[in-house]
Amino acid sequence: MADEAKPVTNIKTPMRLEYRYSAGVATSRFLRGIGQGKILGQRCPSCRKVYVPPRGSCPRCAVPTVEEVELSDEGTITTFAIVRVPSENIDVPLPFASVHVLLDGCDIPFFSVVQECPVDQIRIGMRVQAVWVPKEELTSTLQSIRYFKPTGEPDVPFEKLKEFL
Amino acid sequence: MSDLVRDEGGVLTAPHVLEYPYRRSVGPVLGRFFTALRDGRLVGVKTAKGRVLVPPAEYDPETGAAVSDAFVDVGPGGVVTTWSWVSRPRAKQPLDRPFAWALIRLDGADTAMLHAVDAGEPSRMKTGMRVVPRWRAERVGHIGDIECFQPEGE
Amino acid sequence: MREVAIVSFAQAPNARRELRNEVEILMPVVQEAVARSGIERPFDFTCSGSSDFLQGQPFAFVMALDAAGAWPPIPESHVEMDGAWALYEAWVKIQTGQAETALVYAFGKSSPGDLPEVLATQLDPYVLAPLWPDAVSLAALQARAYLEKSGHSERDLAEVAARSRRSAKSNPNATVSGDYEVEKLLATPHIADPLRVHDCAPVCDGAVAMVLVAGDRARKVCERPAWIRGIDHRIEPHSLGARDLTVSVSTRLAAEKAGVGRGAVDVAELHAPFTHQELILRDALGLGANVKVNPSGGALCANPMMAAGLARIGEAASRIWDGSARRAVAHATSGPCLQQNLVCVLEGA
Repeated sequence: MADEAKPVTNIKTPMRLEYRYSAGVATSRFLRGIGQGKILGQRCPSCRKVYVPPRGSCPRCAVPTVEEVELSDEGTITTFAIVRVPSENIDVPLPFASVHVLLDGCDIPFFSVVQECPVDQIRIGMRVQAVWVPKEELTSTLQSIRYFKPTGEPDVPFEKLKEFL
Repeated sequence: MSDLVRDEGGVLTAPHVLEYPYRRSVGPVLGRFFTALRDGRLVGVKTAKGRVLVPPAEYDPETGAAVSDAFVDVGPGGVVTTWSWVSRPRAKQPLDRPFAWALIRLDGADTAMLHAVDAGEPSRMKTGMRVVPRWRAERVGHIGDIECFQPEGE
Repeated sequence: MREVAIVSFAQAPNARRELRNEVEILMPVVQEAVARSGIERPFDFTCSGSSDFLQGQPFAFVMALDAAGAWPPIPESHVEMDGAWALYEAWVKIQTGQAETALVYAFGKSSPGDLPEVLATQLDPYVLAPLWPDAVSLAALQARAYLEKSGHSERDLAEVAARSRRSAKSNPNATVSGDYEVEKLLATPHIADPLRVHDCAPVCDGAVAMVLVAGDRARKVCERPAWIRGIDHRIEPHSLGARDLTVSVSTRLAAEKAGVGRGAVDVAELHAPFTHQELILRDALGLGANVKVNPSGGALCANPMMAAGLARIGEAASRIWDGSARRAVAHATSGPCLQQNLVCVLEGA
């Protein structure tokens, strides 16, 4: 070996563990809804807030949530970031905007990306709509929503959004 | 539904892999141990009280005091102080056939180290038996440079 | 020392495989413990124990906070170990005077992975973890060393298993329970010689929660509070070959510091995930033959990782509340082969 005389200063210790992950009850209902082209949230029985994706609980009130609410696939951008570096897990052309979308009827923003819009035109308050994969390609994963695109409706004023930032 | 996702009584499950490709710096004490392994030798470190720790540690586990800078050659043979039998090895473990895990006190050491013993069957294992390392031809400075131990005289 | 008592305890059924997420498992358990405590939210302090490696979901403990309700923001802490150590932190917090009430919870979801292999990640990452020794094999090394030194036999281990499973018949949350003949247990094959299936705790998913309250407030909300009269924890070196695996020096020291020997012990709940460990722990704690050990069945019958130690404390407190014990000892362990141990003494008056 070329470096025979050199002391060993570091070692490789790769770690790989395999699991079968369970999405849980509430999130499974949400994912099955996505597989049918629907976005399902849950409403807190105490504070009446609607959460999506639902986790079966209200993090503010610490109570279970059971009431299911079908949400619109249209919403409003509450914040965004422009992504200019590639990432292994995202196959959207660069640059793109990752956004928080407050779906109509919901109280918590939903993470997605925006396409069909120059990144320098993306703004807080902009109205957007989900673009789904074709019906026959729907699966119970978030890949069924390809991205959001602008609807062209007038912006929502900041005053109406500031609670959800 | 994708092939990987399963519906188990209404709840969806999917395979998930957690992977960390770590490379660790080993410091001066374990560095001596791994360097020796790469060179086909085994070393321990002496504590202030003169006990020999193998694998070496930075501190005396009995007192918490820093160890001395005296490294000594140990082994290569040693004595099994306790063992257990693996009838169905897992993929990541050192051998792909049934083997024993053993704590092995190498000649000249006061503590024992864990490694696999290739004994074929449990009836050939016994506390107190002597074992020797089976070295890999290609060594890099890693505990796996010892493929396993084997009963002495084989 | 400030007087601190456990006033409520709840646990999830210890199912072999839970498909619910961690919040869905925890929420009803936390709600039950809170409702039984008679204390209204928010608690002065919240502390939890869990390990993300079990389910392979980094920072799962942050999501689990949804079960505790972290709005308005709460004073909270987490230990990446058994919830018994979260209870210890909460007890210290109450001792400092910064809190009068505390919610303590723990959860473990081991079924998504290969638990004995996952536990290899807690080992020394230089010379042990790269060999991937599984937790059952390591326990078996300890079992052989103990059997050869003590003169106990594999039959003695099977008797521990049979007694535990019989006791668990009255525990609705047990994963394993029932009447088993020692002969039949001994006729089963080894899974890691000298250990058989019955020598090892079952893998299960679960959660526990309890409420701690200080002094007079505890008397107000609980008819017979389970007072924590002593608590201590000790750890041994990580290198297995540098320890005497046949004794538990850390348990003995913790028991001394917690004052186990200051009075008669009626009940002991010991966190022994392997049969031989119960025998080692009995010795270390100095428990006589008249002490009722693990009336719940212990960890051999339900072992939600990271919650089973806290469950021992909850089970011991339950014996105080129902009047079957005046003085109880609870023990929790963490790490391979009883590396770290916590001992807690509970009294009813």
